[in-house]
Amino acid sequence: MTVTENAAELAPAKEVGQPRRRKEDARLITGRTTWTDNMVLPGMLHLAVVRSPVAHAKITSVDLTAAQQAPNIVAVFSGRDFAEEQGSIPCAWPVTPDMVNPGHPSIAVDEVNHVGEAVAIVVARSKAAAQDAVELVDIDYDVLPPVLDLETAVQDGANLVHDQLASNTSYHFVFDAGDAGTGADTDQAFADAEVVVSRRFVQQRLIPAFMEPRSVVVQPQGDNVTMWSSTQVPHVLRVMLAMVTGVPEHKLRIIAPDVGGGFGGKLQVNPEEVLSLLVARRLGKPVKWTETRSESLMAAHHGRGQVQYIDVAADREGNVKGLRVRLLADMGAYLRLITPGVPALGAFMFPGIYKFPAYRFECDGVFTNKVPTDAYRGAGRPEATFAIERIMDELAVELDMDPLELRRKNWINAEEFPFTTVAGLEYDSGNYDMATEQALELLGYDELRAEQQQRRQSGDPVQLGIGFSTFTEMCGLAPSRVLGSLAYGAGGWESASIRMLPTGKVEVVTGSTPHGQGHETAWSQLVADQLGVPFEDVEVLHGDTAVSPRGMDTYGSRSLVVGGTAVVKAAEKVVAKARKVAAHLLEASEDDLDFSAGKFNVRGTPGAEVGIQEIALAVFAAHNYPEGMEPSIDAEATFDPVNFSFPHGTHICAMEVDTETGMVKIRKYASVDDVGVIVNPLIVEGQIHGGLAQGIAQALYEEAVYDADGNLTTGSFVDYLVPSAADLPHFDTGNTVHAAPGNPIGAKGVGEAGCIASTPAVVNAALDAVRHLGVSDILMPLTPERVWRAIHHGGDGGDRATAGTNAYGGAQTESTAGVSTDASLGGEL
Amino acid sequence: MIPAPFAYARPTTIDEALQAVAAGGEDVKILAGGQSLIPVMRLRLAAPETVVDLNKIAELRGVREEGDAIVIGAMTTHSDVIGDPLIARYAPLIAEATETVADRQVRHRGTFGGALAHADPAGDLPAVALALDAEFVLAGLAGRRTVPAAEFFVDYLTTALEEGELLVEIRVPKHEGWGTHYEKFNRVAQAWSIVAVAAVVRREGGRIAEAKIGLTNMGPTPLRAAGVEAALSGVEATREAVAAAAGHAAENTSPSSDLNAQADYRQHLVQVLTRRAVTAAAGL
Repeated sequence: MTVTENAAELAPAKEVGQPRRRKEDARLITGRTTWTDNMVLPGMLHLAVVRSPVAHAKITSVDLTAAQQAPNIVAVFSGRDFAEEQGSIPCAWPVTPDMVNPGHPSIAVDEVNHVGEAVAIVVARSKAAAQDAVELVDIDYDVLPPVLDLETAVQDGANLVHDQLASNTSYHFVFDAGDAGTGADTDQAFADAEVVVSRRFVQQRLIPAFMEPRSVVVQPQGDNVTMWSSTQVPHVLRVMLAMVTGVPEHKLRIIAPDVGGGFGGKLQVNPEEVLSLLVARRLGKPVKWTETRSESLMAAHHGRGQVQYIDVAADREGNVKGLRVRLLADMGAYLRLITPGVPALGAFMFPGIYKFPAYRFECDGVFTNKVPTDAYRGAGRPEATFAIERIMDELAVELDMDPLELRRKNWINAEEFPFTTVAGLEYDSGNYDMATEQALELLGYDELRAEQQQRRQSGDPVQLGIGFSTFTEMCGLAPSRVLGSLAYGAGGWESASIRMLPTGKVEVVTGSTPHGQGHETAWSQLVADQLGVPFEDVEVLHGDTAVSPRGMDTYGSRSLVVGGTAVVKAAEKVVAKARKVAAHLLEASEDDLDFSAGKFNVRGTPGAEVGIQEIALAVFAAHNYPEGMEPSIDAEATFDPVNFSFPHGTHICAMEVDTETGMVKIRKYASVDDVGVIVNPLIVEGQIHGGLAQGIAQALYEEAVYDADGNLTTGSFVDYLVPSAADLPHFDTGNTVHAAPGNPIGAKGVGEAGCIASTPAVVNAALDAVRHLGVSDILMPLTPERVWRAIHHGGDGGDRATAGTNAYGGAQTESTAGVSTDASLGGEL
Repeated sequence: MIPAPFAYARPTTIDEALQAVAAGGEDVKILAGGQSLIPVMRLRLAAPETVVDLNKIAELRGVREEGDAIVIGAMTTHSDVIGDPLIARYAPLIAEATETVADRQVRHRGTFGGALAHADPAGDLPAVALALDAEFVLAGLAGRRTVPAAEFFVDYLTTALEEGELLVEIRVPKHEGWGTHYEKFNRVAQAWSIVAVAAVVRREGGRIAEAKIGLTNMGPTPLRAAGVEAALSGVEATREAVAAAAGHAAENTSPSSDLNAQADYRQHLVQVLTRRAVTAAAGL
């Protein structure tokens, strides 16, 4: 046995890297936790929100009388009742100095601007009574033409969403690499180019579709107010609600109990949160509001929603020379928390992993009479990644090059890291070639290419295609100074503290509030390694502003990179304090102490040791501790990274296309992701799978469809198609590991990678299958009908009919047009 | 969401049920498996005065053999249909199509009779019943009557059931020795059919002696593809002959246009799916 092996045997098993099962899952999966809607407080009243059935109108009269007289009704309010105190839903990201923000009332007063906007609130002694009275609220509307289409909305003379504004454009954001000094002159690059390829891509609107609907409970006690909310961002919410409602911040406590998913959809200050607080304050009673799924799909913010015009310049050999992007980004009716920032954030990701010498980005934020858009898994980066990965394929076709060869020719090589891109970002680490080679092997690339040729030659009705996405993304939101330079309203630091309890158990308080990610498990693994205590001895506390006073919460794949690092830094401080106590107790010099497996040993003196858990008890008793030191080894830390982290990877999709029906079916999917150092492989695998499901869903299934009147046709899960496990293929996943240099864990972030990477791989694969039949683009989602039309009629598959399916007798939501309630429901159901 | 208030009756016999329906007021809804009724009530698209729940009526459940037919109780659940030996032997098409209905949870609650009486044009079982020439036994206070499938489906979500009547059982002629196949086209596993085709084919040697084709979601009611059936009658059992006959599948259909498919695409799909269904049913 060699010395090295012996040492390895004696060293404690590291927790980091172990596929620990998530310690929070038992209570989450069995429902043995208190979700917000489970809260019951003495005297609690129930809210129901009356919502606009029209997309655009002036409110001409409101009659609440019948509802007020209904049984068990406590109060009924209209927008007029809160006009003076409701303020505006805050927008924290004014991306340009002259951005136009019309203000966002939580409840409409004089006009409504999207279907589902709150127009009245019923407060009742039971949820059923509140819901019964909703139908008795009588509001008259003077209907205005709805603004629904982005390209129409920006034309001269277009109907206006907000008639007090000059246009439907909120802002015009420009990033020009030439002006920024990060690249050459873009117009010149295009003027000099041998080849230019231009495309128009559409990012359809998506609905976050988190599992737990939004829910709020508010309890006023004296001049203190406690709010429980199913939110991703209790800390952000506290600051914002204090600013909006005037409840002083120190009188406001926000609790995010266990939260059932968000995907960015709960990164928001919701109108219903403001309204619940205002009603509770007005009545002096606790109140609860929980949305129905129909309300959630209609009134919680949506994601994506862009028309992308993208041009790429290259020479005949396939060296890219320039990139030009113009976006129309759908804001919806109002600006919510980071509505304008989502497409602007994407500006920095359009160049992808390629060495473009010149780049210009322009984006118009455009108002429409639809529910606002905001963050949704990836937030700006999926849109950018889709556009660049799609147009790289189009350029390859134009140049008659292999799409992978074109990518290889232009991507950043491993030895070039750190690499500053034309968008001014410094990519930290990676190896695109290594990930690609591994993914090709996982897929069985050569065999599938051979089969593709066979099917093509034999004219098989089922054709096969292979699509690539060699992506990177920016994670670990983010360096506070960078966010400041982008006019974002807050920083991107994260906070953590560690409390050493007398019995040696450890409480970790994190400011990074989870909503299903597994923070409790991963943070326990980090702390177990840092302090040398058992995994089971660590408890992670989060989500309550009274317990965890400082935090920036969970979004943008930031939790482990930023919040996890804060935990590590706090643990380092605990060890440093404990070292002083240990030296005192062991009557040794601090410099002579080694810390390993939770114990301080005096170097060269076997048996002279004290454990950190014993030190916790000693400090609690405080009978014997060093002079000049407080009797505590607790510590807190705040981490603010100096750079983003940049996960990357190669995703390859093999797709079968039934040319007779247009049905597409994923034959095989291989992905190799570099997310830096992996703390828990099980959680990473889960994040990749979930991300893939959502990214594939954008390509194939999901779309928020509005009809010509602005009604949300996809108002239930019958028509808003979220795939289940039965609809998705097996995923062949792998990893390469290039540690992120910007944090001590070496992690890059994984929460959004699968969702960002997969969409273009899937669409590229479908197009590769049918390109020889004359198809060059198909709109997302790739419904069988669209694919069939593109193959047999040309074009991009065209628009879908906007009527909902006839399931449930044509049932959509209460506000969807064309619903028949009387005629249909004969017979047994 | 929460349904509007309603009165509720849970009879234990068919007679009690008929009385409860008669006494239930203006707007009575029958609760079978509830997989369509409960959602529309929760969405408040239906607000019946009375709900009559058939789940405690034992005599409405189960499958029995009766001469040259099998008789399926209206309240037999989808999952019981899938596992039933008589259906497996004499009408396996019903089990095959039922396996494609929604998901496991729905199939444990939803019932054969409920799905037929609901008559959703996107539902799978009406076209299957039509293709198998099933007969519907309807009970009323005045007695029972039997309606052939071709007359049962009247219009969109509308059947021959009169006010006060209940669908109590469905008689399906034995189809032993027939080849059958249900070809369903949908975007995700648990979704309704965009278009589907039920094929029932009897071969005599190298020829197709008889074919019965039911179409799902090609109009407000399930349809028989009469043109295809005529074209298949007596033809040589070849893929080419089946393909030629399937070209008639869109005749006399009037499908709707919705998010999943516009009418012209449905009329294309039905030809492809008919070809596939008949090819499989004929064992080609």
